[in-house]
Amino acid sequence: MAVEKFNTIISSAVPLPIENVDTDQIIPARFLKATTREGFGDNLFRDWRYQNNGEPNEDFVLNNPDYSGKILIAGKNFGSGSSREHAAWAIHDYGFKVVVSSFFADIFRNNALNNGVLPVVVSEDFLAKLFSAIEQDANAEFKVDLEAQRFEIVATGEQVSFDINPYKKQCLVNGYDDIDYLLSIKDDIERFEKERV
Amino acid sequence: MPKTLFDKIWDAHVVSEIEDGPSVLYIDKHLVHEVTSPQAFAGIEKRGVSVFRPQNTVATPDHNVPTIDQHLSIKDELSRFQVNTLTKNCEKHGVTLYGLNHPFQGIVHVIGPQLGLTQPGMTIVCGDSHTSTHGAFGAVAFGIGTSEVEMVLATQCVLQPKPKKMRINVNGQLKEGVTAKDVILYIISKVTASGGTGYFVEFAGDAIRSLSMEGRMTVCNMSIEMGARGGLIAPDETTFEYIKGREFAPKGEEFEQAVKKWKTYFTDEAAVFDKELNFEAADIEPMITYGTNPGMGAKIVANIPSLDEINDKEKLSFEKSMDYMGFSAGDALEGKPVDYVFVGSCTNGRIEDLREVAAFVKGRKKADNITAWIVPGSKQVEKQAHEEGIVTVLEEAGFKLRQPGCSACLAMNDDKIPKGKYAVSTSNRNFEGRQGPGARTLLASPLTAAAVAVTGKIVDPRKIL
Ligand code: SF4
Repeated sequence: MAVEKFNTIISSAVPLPIENVDTDQIIPARFLKATTREGFGDNLFRDWRYQNNGEPNEDFVLNNPDYSGKILIAGKNFGSGSSREHAAWAIHDYGFKVVVSSFFADIFRNNALNNGVLPVVVSEDFLAKLFSAIEQDANAEFKVDLEAQRFEIVATGEQVSFDINPYKKQCLVNGYDDIDYLLSIKDDIERFEKERV
Repeated sequence: MPKTLFDKIWDAHVVSEIEDGPSVLYIDKHLVHEVTSPQAFAGIEKRGVSVFRPQNTVATPDHNVPTIDQHLSIKDELSRFQVNTLTKNCEKHGVTLYGLNHPFQGIVHVIGPQLGLTQPGMTIVCGDSHTSTHGAFGAVAFGIGTSEVEMVLATQCVLQPKPKKMRINVNGQLKEGVTAKDVILYIISKVTASGGTGYFVEFAGDAIRSLSMEGRMTVCNMSIEMGARGGLIAPDETTFEYIKGREFAPKGEEFEQAVKKWKTYFTDEAAVFDKELNFEAADIEPMITYGTNPGMGAKIVANIPSLDEINDKEKLSFEKSMDYMGFSAGDALEGKPVDYVFVGSCTNGRIEDLREVAAFVKGRKKADNITAWIVPGSKQVEKQAHEEGIVTVLEEAGFKLRQPGCSACLAMNDDKIPKGKYAVSTSNRNFEGRQGPGARTLLASPLTAAAVAVTGKIVDPRKIL
């Protein structure tokens, strides 16, 4: 099944300068009862975003009309904790295409990549720079060029390069899917099974 | 070439490697539960394929099940639908299912080892991060996302980059009253909640060797809480003894043959790790967490760090965490009042944990301010607890045993800690809202949980042993 192709993105960003944002915050367990992949964006960061009575929490960044965009910029160790792919679905469903942090939890990173969301790792210093760029101008734009593996602060032109596994990059750029690949090598898998006994 | 335990198992399961990409890793055992599988089953159906190796796949509902009246139909409509979806998917694809009320049902990471499904040298995955638990048997076991569950259903393989290797040695002997849970909470407090990211961790050293299988499972279970991909411990006589005679363990001559093979799973003397850490067992004391990630732990007798002990970059997160917990930097932990005690989960919901709690509370009564939930990890644990008289002891002390499931570990069902209340919990995560919106979780060992239940406040269990 084809995933959507990942093209270069120029967008403003939403800042979340909190460390160790775990997947229970991204999507609390009580919203995991669905049996489809859709609709999780409504409950993204549910307990930070809404008060107990269901009213939006004005202090939370997603409720602040000043900030919007396809890029989420978050503090260190984003996506720790549970393996729930629902976290990646919620982020994708809400409309984010890129998450930037100085550090991602392993399972979350895989889950994001498997859902067309690009995790971009930058240094802690550069991350601090991004937060201050947004602080100065909530509409500050950023450019994410996956092909060139570059992340740019558009206003200043300042760029950094980021790492991505070459195979995963090809998957994103071309919209390939891991499962199609695995299905295509089924003969090898069966041979492996026979040879190992 | 000398190899680590992890390398030996991983390398033996690589079907092929993608140039500059991940390995195609063959999976021996795929454990499935109701929450992370429906979209994966739907996915393979959309592709028009069936489960590739149903005989290597085992399913059970655990996350989203009630812990009372399990014989009745599940009240919550969405939960019922999700659990029924698992049943239907398993029937359709010929996957073994231990459904509600089946004598083998339980938390997936409790039943795997208990049934002898988990064996040394295997690769084991599940759509659940605490799959790391099975590493206690010398298996390469790790949690995966739903897209990866779909990969394994479709091809019995998963695409994975090979993690780096770390060894954590805990040398010497543990002190009296210090348990496996204290060991891992101590390690995480030192390594931090992200310090293990990118690594697969082998736990070694005399203190680890001296642990029971249950204790080893507790340690490996929480390896994910330092960000590690998984944890594992080389199998030994303790491991073989535990597996022997279990439902799906090899029997007779086959068992002997298996043990011979299992004995080859150890790290060669000269093997090199990307990182190696050493801890002294003598430094470890009963631990508890005070914050909102498992790395925020301290000795029970210690104080919460003061603000000047926290580095600048982390101050914002630390203060947010203190605010959520209703604590202040520098507070003493001991003596703080507690409202709930939860004994259960895949970390500490096994029979040994219940025995420990029962032995402690025997002849004592729970404090009036405490609501205690004791939730066995599986039907088999529940049965054993009845047979061994544990249930009677607990009831006499004022506790009640609920039915098996994940329960208040993640509060997907009705077992939620109310907003603002403090729960000492034997589970593995103290994230904001993990045990219910606004719930405040303090992670500790079953022994500490028992002591807290009796005194009604945070206490070092050794003071009232
Ligand atoms: S007991 Fe808790 S940690 Fe373990 S599998 Fe269930 S929800 Fe996950």
